[in-house]
Amino acid sequence: MSNHHESSPSPTDVGFSILSRRSLLAGAAGVAGAAALAACGSDDDAGSSPGTTAAGGAVTTVAAGDTTPPAGGDAVTFGSNYSDEKPKAAIAAAVASSGLNVSINTVDHNTYQENFNTYIQQPDDVVSWFAGYRMRAFAGKGVVGDISDVWAGLPDMSEGFKSASSGLDGKQYFVPLYFYPWAIHYRKSLFEEKGYEIPATWDDLLALCEKMVADDIIPFAAANDGGWPQMGMFDMINMRTNGYDFHVSLMGGKESWTDDKVKQIFTNWSTITDYYQPDANGRTWQDAATALGNKEVGMYLLGTFVTSNFDPATDPAAQEIIDDIDFFAFPEIDAAYGQDAVEAPIDGFMMAAAPKNEAGAKALLTALGQAAAIDAYIAIDPSVVAANAKASTGSYSPLQQKSAELVGAAKYISQFLDRDTDPDFASQVVGKGLSDFLATPGDIDTILSTIDEQAKTYTFE
Amino acid sequence: MSLDIASPEAAAKAAPPKGRRRRFYQLCVTDKLVLGVMVGVPAALHILLVWIPAILTGILSFAEWDNLQPIRDISFVGFRNYWQIFTIFDNKLFPALFNNVILVLWLFFCSAIGVLFAYLLDKNVRGTRAYQSIYYFPVVLSIAVVGFIWKSVMFSRDTGLLNILWPGGPIDFVGDQTKIFEINLPGLDFPLGLSRNFAALLLAMAWRHIGYIMVLYLAGLKSFDPSLREAASIDGCNEWQTFRQVIFPALKPINVVVAVITVIEALRAYDIVAALSEPRGTEVMGTLVTNSLTGEGGGRVGIGSAYGMVLFMLCVGFIIWYVVNNFREQES
Repeated sequence: MSNHHESSPSPTDVGFSILSRRSLLAGAAGVAGAAALAACGSDDDAGSSPGTTAAGGAVTTVAAGDTTPPAGGDAVTFGSNYSDEKPKAAIAAAVASSGLNVSINTVDHNTYQENFNTYIQQPDDVVSWFAGYRMRAFAGKGVVGDISDVWAGLPDMSEGFKSASSGLDGKQYFVPLYFYPWAIHYRKSLFEEKGYEIPATWDDLLALCEKMVADDIIPFAAANDGGWPQMGMFDMINMRTNGYDFHVSLMGGKESWTDDKVKQIFTNWSTITDYYQPDANGRTWQDAATALGNKEVGMYLLGTFVTSNFDPATDPAAQEIIDDIDFFAFPEIDAAYGQDAVEAPIDGFMMAAAPKNEAGAKALLTALGQAAAIDAYIAIDPSVVAANAKASTGSYSPLQQKSAELVGAAKYISQFLDRDTDPDFASQVVGKGLSDFLATPGDIDTILSTIDEQAKTYTFE
Repeated sequence: MSLDIASPEAAAKAAPPKGRRRRFYQLCVTDKLVLGVMVGVPAALHILLVWIPAILTGILSFAEWDNLQPIRDISFVGFRNYWQIFTIFDNKLFPALFNNVILVLWLFFCSAIGVLFAYLLDKNVRGTRAYQSIYYFPVVLSIAVVGFIWKSVMFSRDTGLLNILWPGGPIDFVGDQTKIFEINLPGLDFPLGLSRNFAALLLAMAWRHIGYIMVLYLAGLKSFDPSLREAASIDGCNEWQTFRQVIFPALKPINVVVAVITVIEALRAYDIVAALSEPRGTEVMGTLVTNSLTGEGGGRVGIGSAYGMVLFMLCVGFIIWYVVNNFREQES
């Protein structure tokens, strides 16, 4: 539950429109009602859905024997958090594409994430996880293994994915599978009707906002319920103003939050908060997405999961809205950085620090990094975008296609504020500070000195 | 059954002083076994599940631990965690404490309303049962569910019922952290106060709490001896005097239960705030503790434990009052 509220969603939680909101809700209900359903035994599917009964806390393991290919050699164990029905089948297919003898231990994804600290101390050989700080924090503590040699066998991964998979020591600890990007979403028909142009620079963006105001349209949809949606705006303005390297070093606790560069982020930000929907702090991202769907607002910076707010199964008009939503990359602020960075949370795999079968684990990680693995995955669960550049894009929707291009072209891929730094620092210190900024933009000096003071109590990586 | 009772009495009569003593001794052996099991098992469970974790929390509040390193690597940092939460994280601790204090006061006010409702319903007005059901309805919902309902159905800025009915412009009930009133305390560089979103949350809590207290009190009133009421009215008491001088003191056990429930509800508040996704302005001690201790971040066990100990100290004062009160009652 807390996962949905306090941190940015994982691609496994929110996908493209194919993964409808209804299935999300059903998934949530499945977790909540698993015990009850299992007790009454009337619904086999829900009752036996893997891992959902593991509410007791400890990581339980459910072997998926039927997915193990008959190939010889010692089995590789693989800890999977792909617990929903579709992703579970999809990941099994991806693993099967390796031809290795793999035993998959599936755990409900919320349970998996909440208990990861405990689990990683006695993990399976290969474990599912997220890129960025969330990976680096464990890499820095030496509880996951160096897989730099595996990367020699992954020629189809872009530089951006490689740096997102690297620890602070420059070695690789992660193999990406798929991602979703953050970008500014808009409705094509509205832009056509009013003759708006896609803004390439910050000045273009401000000019576009002025035009929208003149047309009685609120330029920016703004949500911040849960404290994470506006972290995306902070990250994008930071990376456009100060560059990706500053983002990494600020998130790594190596910069002062009272630095002029940080102040500049908020100075830039406050020029567009005037164009925000009022009262962002209390609005859910879904309500803001609805406003975009109704053309009450012109633009909305969010992950591509924004389309999952519209469910064709319950609303006949939804499909039209989904097809009408497009996005563009966040405009350039400083020509020195252009549009070289994009925010795109990535899911993938790590290796245990001391795997029982190291050769097998590395072979599996290499295989999972190939196009064949993600193709097999997407054939079953088409709601994600492949990290591998050679993956087949035939089944992509136009938005998925564009996501792949956006991220493929990016020099740097950031993970999102709450994945790029200590998660507690992100939600409890920065997140609260951003809420304060939206409530009282004038207090920025006090807010930043509070963040700076509290940041010093954290040990980063 | 009656034979069992009669036979020892007969035995006692046969050999008055010595037999009585022996019977006592004999029963005592079984008693010891029964008592040993009946008291020992819960006591062991209580110590294991309540006191040991509480003491460990106390110890951890002096430590730094990220919940990931082996336990032998825990380093003790003295009072640093306390120093940090009182000085560096003061903009979280003091608003949370203040909100908890507000909650105690507010829930006592709600309890008073609940008592009033119970008193009115006890008058057998027409449709008593319908009123009872309506007031009691929210109590069957978990407080977290109350939070979800109010957030999406009542408070939502764009689609909430309150905002549709409200005559003025839309109000951001969930996110608006502007203070309704402010108090400047010496030593704090920011004002404490009741923020608007917390006030909205208080409404949602009242919705549930009033019905809860009403049912409790109504049960007490139903068992109240009507002859006392008659005596009071014969003595010329008016309605208020009857309640204040006769009914209220006579229902002291219920009053204590109501007070205990009210304070506990106020201090343990967490779920409804979490259900509203903990917007700034609504922090309570419960959210501070939970946020530092759980979740994937989970790396600040020391700080979380220190928050927990502050909350524990708050509770201890109340527990002492309750225990003293209880003993005094038993003595009299």
